Amino acid sequence: MIAASLRRIWALLYRHIALYRASWPRLLELAYWPTLQLCIWGFTARFFAARLGSPGIVAAGALLGGVLLWEVALRTQMGLSLGFLEEIWSRNLGHLFVSPLRPRELLAALVGVSALRVAIGLAPALLLAWALYAFNIFGMGLILIPFVANLMVMGWWVALCVISLILRHGAGAEALAWSVLFGLTPLSAVFYPVAILPAAVRPIALALPSAHVFEGMRAAMAGTIAGDQLAWATGLNALWLAAAMLLFTWQFRSARVRGALISIGE
Amino acid sequence: MDLIAASGLTKRYGKTLAVDAIDFSVREGETVGLLGGNGAGKTTTIAMLLGLLIPTAGRIVILGHDMARDRFSALAKMNFSSPYVSLPSRLTVAENLRVYCHLYNVRRTDLRIAELADDLDLHDLLPRRAGQLSAGQRTRVALAKSLINRPRVLLLDEPTASLDPDTGDLVRSWLERYRAESGCTILLASHNMAEVERLCSNVLMMKQGRIVDRGSPAELLARHGRDDLEQVFLDIARNRTATAEALA
Repeated sequence: MIAASLRRIWALLYRHIALYRASWPRLLELAYWPTLQLCIWGFTARFFAARLGSPGIVAAGALLGGVLLWEVALRTQMGLSLGFLEEIWSRNLGHLFVSPLRPRELLAALVGVSALRVAIGLAPALLLAWALYAFNIFGMGLILIPFVANLMVMGWWVALCVISLILRHGAGAEALAWSVLFGLTPLSAVFYPVAILPAAVRPIALALPSAHVFEGMRAAMAGTIAGDQLAWATGLNALWLAAAMLLFTWQFRSARVRGALISIGE
Repeated sequence: MDLIAASGLTKRYGKTLAVDAIDFSVREGETVGLLGGNGAGKTTTIAMLLGLLIPTAGRIVILGHDMARDRFSALAKMNFSSPYVSLPSRLTVAENLRVYCHLYNVRRTDLRIAELADDLDLHDLLPRRAGQLSAGQRTRVALAKSLINRPRVLLLDEPTASLDPDTGDLVRSWLERYRAESGCTILLASHNMAEVERLCSNVLMMKQGRIVDRGSPAELLARHGRDDLEQVFLDIARNRTATAEALA
């Protein structure tokens, strides 16, 4: 049973690997935006560092760390959402859902696809950060692992919400796959502390795991391990992920009631 | 033994009754045609049989598995083909077939793909992208996909739609041969009456979500006093003769 399940997951991973290996523009697109973002913010950070001296160097590090880590969440969310949309665009959902593929296996495969997309998309940006700006994000140490893991989990649950909306509203909701997490950037305190935000907005920011991750990242860069921020991020992610899975399960069943799996994308 | 059994199968979308409490069964090794005009409920019925659509009421049992509770066990042993569902166009035919070998847990993937390529004359198509194929080539590839797991139950939704007569005939000949070799049970939805007459031992005539007539092609021809199923189809569609349902 488990072997058959793993094979079905591999089937979809293979499908996406075959898609990417046959198309260099798709591979280029994965790395294009993170690299561009890094260049823009990297030169901005260098400017601050040159003008402000030591405080500027600290700010520059926080900026570059923020850019790279936020890209982890963005690319994860897009990878999962676009992986699902690929099946809609190729009108393949009808074949997939009449095979023994369980919805949870589809999601597991798309999680794998998103992890691959993150690795391929961010590798050039990480190298560039090191080569151009002498910034090594791995210098944060092992604390980087839970930060990255939390941002990836956040990408998953946001993507699950996007897929649920696509199941509910059809391909018309596909623009959300690109935009929804970008919309959370101001609230995620990627480049500034939560305290900078207006008081009324802070509770919303603190309900997002990303705000805690970036507070923790800045603390780690200052030499402090903010265990409480990590705990908050992990706990919130668990809650949001559970809610997103319930939403997906509900919308998937609803799509089977409404016949949306047959007509989606048309 | 019935491999497909539907009882009281109903699908309602709001106020629209798409399928109205139909009952039917398909015996092992039998090929049954599902006929009806556009909007008669054929595709909705097939979608419910495949688990793509949850019925409003009724029960479906395929290969002994209740589709409401245990559809994945049945889906592993059945398959489906329709010209209205595509395979990823950027992948080659071989890659697409490999994906479905993995999905259906087919052992010796390359051997199975080679067998299907032999049977359906696909060798030249294997390295080509699915999106570059003609309609006839796509149909052959879709058939190969639908047979990848050697299904015991095959659901075909208009398998020869949009094919030229020559390719359509090749596909029908191939289906006949496959059925004879494998003993596969087939439910075939079609608008092509000659195809249904040639392939099906029994026919279900659908209209406005109901099965209004059923029987072997010979029985239907005799009952309606016609020479071919197309005339029977038109009689039923235009209410020119009494159906078995009306007589009952």
